[in-house]
Amino acid sequence: MHTLSRRAALLGLTSVVTLGRVSLALASAPTDRRFVVVILRGALDGMSAVVPYGDPDLAALRPALVPPQPGQDKGLLDLGGTFGLHPAMTRAHAMYQANELLVVHAVAGNYRVRSHFEAQDYLESGADHRMTSGWLNRAVAAMPAEAPGELNASSSAIAVGASVPLVLRGPHAVANWAPHGFAEPQEALYQQVLALNHADPITGPAIAAGMRDRGFGAQVMGSDMTDEPKGGARFAFPALASAAGAMLKAADGPRIAALELGGWDTHTAQNNRLAQPLTQLDTGLDALRTAMGDAWGKTVVLVMTEFGRTARMNGTNGTDHGTATVAFVAGGAVAGGRVVTNWPGLAPGQLFENRDLAPTTDLRSVATGLIGPHLALSPSALTTVFPGGAPVQPLRGLLRTA
Amino acid sequence: MYSPAMDLRTAHALIRFGMGPTGAGTPPADPSAWLLSQLQQPDSPSVGPEPNLAEGLAALREDRENKPPPGQSRSRALYQAQGLAAVGRAVSTTTPFRERLVWFWTNHFTVSLRHGRCAALAGSFVADAIRPHVTGRFQDMVLAVMRHPAMLVYLDNAQSVGPDSEGGMRSHRGLNENLARECMELHTLSPASGYTQADVTAFARILTGWSIEVNNEPQGFIFRPRIHEPGEQTLMGRTFPDGEAGGIEALTFLANHPATHRFLATRLVCHFAADTPPPGAVRHIEGILRDTKGDLGAAAAGLVSLNDTWTPGAKLRTPLDLVVASFRALDVPADPPPPYLGILSGLGQPLWTAPAPNGWSDIAADWSGPEAMMRRIDWAYAVSGRIGERDPMTIADASLGPLTRPETHDAMARAGSRREALTLLFTSPEFQRR
Repeated sequence: MHTLSRRAALLGLTSVVTLGRVSLALASAPTDRRFVVVILRGALDGMSAVVPYGDPDLAALRPALVPPQPGQDKGLLDLGGTFGLHPAMTRAHAMYQANELLVVHAVAGNYRVRSHFEAQDYLESGADHRMTSGWLNRAVAAMPAEAPGELNASSSAIAVGASVPLVLRGPHAVANWAPHGFAEPQEALYQQVLALNHADPITGPAIAAGMRDRGFGAQVMGSDMTDEPKGGARFAFPALASAAGAMLKAADGPRIAALELGGWDTHTAQNNRLAQPLTQLDTGLDALRTAMGDAWGKTVVLVMTEFGRTARMNGTNGTDHGTATVAFVAGGAVAGGRVVTNWPGLAPGQLFENRDLAPTTDLRSVATGLIGPHLALSPSALTTVFPGGAPVQPLRGLLRTA
Repeated sequence: MYSPAMDLRTAHALIRFGMGPTGAGTPPADPSAWLLSQLQQPDSPSVGPEPNLAEGLAALREDRENKPPPGQSRSRALYQAQGLAAVGRAVSTTTPFRERLVWFWTNHFTVSLRHGRCAALAGSFVADAIRPHVTGRFQDMVLAVMRHPAMLVYLDNAQSVGPDSEGGMRSHRGLNENLARECMELHTLSPASGYTQADVTAFARILTGWSIEVNNEPQGFIFRPRIHEPGEQTLMGRTFPDGEAGGIEALTFLANHPATHRFLATRLVCHFAADTPPPGAVRHIEGILRDTKGDLGAAAAGLVSLNDTWTPGAKLRTPLDLVVASFRALDVPADPPPPYLGILSGLGQPLWTAPAPNGWSDIAADWSGPEAMMRRIDWAYAVSGRIGERDPMTIADASLGPLTRPETHDAMARAGSRREALTLLFTSPEFQRR
C-alpha cells in the first residue's frame, strides 16, 4: 500500500497526523559511515576483560581473579605481550588479530564518586551533571546535512532494545526497535490510537515513532534475517546486536545505533559471574560484524562502561566500585590490533586513592577522537556534544582513515 | 448516559493516591478523608496466605539439596505464587493508598530477582520488612530492611567479612562494600549529602557480621561476631561502637539525617506530585519528616494536604500501575488469577526484578520509549478481549469519570467493537496517566 522507502519510513521525524494517516518526510542519507555505542551497565572490571598480566604487581592484588597465562589451558588471549583478553572473548581476539579491535586501557570519564547511577547519567550525558539529552543524540544533531536545505541526519539513529538509553535521548527524534511478545491488533486500530494520542507531548510522539520503527524493523528482519532466534534468545544481546547490524547495513537504514548490556556488577564470585556477560559481549560484537556485511568497513563501535572496579579483589572474590577501566573500539574503520594506554602501573603508590586503577585517559577524548573524524564533526560541534569544563583533546589516530 | 458517578477530585484521588477505581466500587464521598483514614487502618487482607520468611528459607535449603533445573526450583515456584498474589492484592485492595505506599517503599528498598536467591525471599521482604512500616517510623523500616535476608543476600552483605576479625584472619576473606554504599546512596543519605569513600568503607566495616542463617535455628537474620570487624568506626565524623549495636546506631543515625529527610521527601513528591518535584512541596514533606523524626504516616498525610499532588494526569503510569488499574477497571475475578507476571515482563517491568538496586524509574521519560508504548497498545488490545458483553462507556465512567476526554468518548462510540472501544480507552493518554 505504500511506496515509501524504508529509509523514508524511518525518517518520519516530522510526521504530522491527519485523521489517522501519517505523512512522512523524506531525506537521503547524510553519511555512509556507521557509529554504534554499546553501554555496559554495572561497571565492567577492565582488568578482568583486558588483563595486564605483564604488570608485576597484578597477581598480588587479585590472586584469585587472574586467568592462566597465554598459551596455558583456559589461558588469556594474548594482545602482544603485556595485556591479554579474557579467555571468553575468542571472537574479539580474532577481531583484534584482524586489526579491527582497539583496546583503550586505564580510561575513565570525569566522575569519581563511584555511584553506578550518577556515573551512568554523566557517562551518557557527556557532562559533569545529568542532562536531559545524551551526547550521542547531540552528536547526531550536529552531523552535517548532505546538502543545504536537506533534512538533518537527526533521525537516522536507532536504539535497539526495549527502551531508549539516555545517551541517545534528546530533542532530535530517534528510532527504537526491539523484539516483542504480544499479539498485534489490526493496523487501523493503531491508527485510531495514534489519532487519540497525537496531541499528547509524551505518548503521541512515542506511538508515532513506535509504529514507524516496527514497520522498518519488520521489513529489514523479514528480508535479511533467515535464522531468527527463538524464545528468550530473541531478547538477548547477540540477537539485538544482529538486528542492529541488519538495520545499519540497509542502505536506507539508520547510521547510528545504541545498545545496552548489563550484568557487570561483580561484587562476589567474579570469575563465575563475568564469563557470561563477556561471552554475550563477544558473541554480540561478532554478530553485529556479521550482520553488517560490507558496511562493517565503514563502522566504528565504542563499547564503554561507567567506571572500573577495585584493583584489589574484595573479601568475597569479587571487586567493588572503582575508577579506571577499559573501553573497546571495534569496526572495519578502526586502526585496531593495538592496546592504547598510558599505563599507570599497579604498585601501591600508583593506584588511585590506594584502591583503583588510576585513570590516565579521559573517555571523552576517546569518544571525540572517534566521532570527530568519523562523523565529520567540527571542534566547535564537539563542544556542544561534550559541553562544560575545559575542552578535552580528542585522541588521534584511532581510525584507519581520518 | 454520561453522568459520571464521581467528581474530578474523587477520580483523581483514586488514581493518583490509589491504584485506580474499581468498576464495582462505590467512590468515596470525601476523597481526602478517605485517603487519611486509610493511614489509620490495617491493610486489606492478602490474597492467599501472607508470605513468610520460614518458607522462603526452606525453599532455599530444598533447592540447594535437590539442585533442580533452572525454572523448576522451589524458589521459583514460591516467587510465582507470591508474585501473583502480590499483584492480585493490588488489584483487589480496599485500602489502595496504603497499598501504593507499600509498592513505593518496596521500590525504594529494591531487592531483585537479578540475584537468584531473592526469588525465595522477595515475598517475605515485602510482608516483613516493608508492609508493617509504611505508616510507621522510617528508622524502623530501615532496620527491618537491613536485617532481612533478601537485602543481605541481594547486596552481598551476608558474605562480607571484617578483614581483622577472627573469621577474616583465618579465611583470608574480607569486606564487600556493596550494601553499605547502596544504603547510603539509595536508601538514606543520597550522594548529595557529600559522604566520602572513607565513609562507605567505614560503614561496610560496621555492617560486617550482619548475615543470614539458613540451616540452624533461629533462622533468618543473624549477627556473627566471628566475622565482625572489631573496634569502633568513624562514619561521617561520628564514632560508632563495636558489635551489632554499632550497626543499629549507625542506621538510626543515617535514617534520621537531614540529608535523608530531604532525599525521601524528594522521592515521595516525585511519586505523588510530578516528575520534577516542586521545591516547596519537597520542603514541606522534608519538614514533616524532620519534625516527626521520620513518621512515614505523617509524611503520607502531608502529601494529601499538598496542592501539588492534586493536578490530574501529572504522572505517567508505570506498566505495573497500568496493569493494576486496567484489571481494577475490568473487575476481573480473582480466581483464576490473570497471568500478571508474564504481562509485567512483556511490558518491561518484571515483578521484583528491577535491573539495579535503584529500582524502577518514577519518571515518564524512562517509560515512554516508542517500543514501550507499542507494547502497551498491544497488551491493551489483549486485555480488552476480556470485556465480554459489558458496556465500554460504563467502564470509562467508572475508571476515569470526568477525566475522560470528549474525543476519547467519541472515538469509543465510533469503534467497531466493544473490544476496540476498550482498547481505545486503555490506550488513551488520560488512562496512561495517573
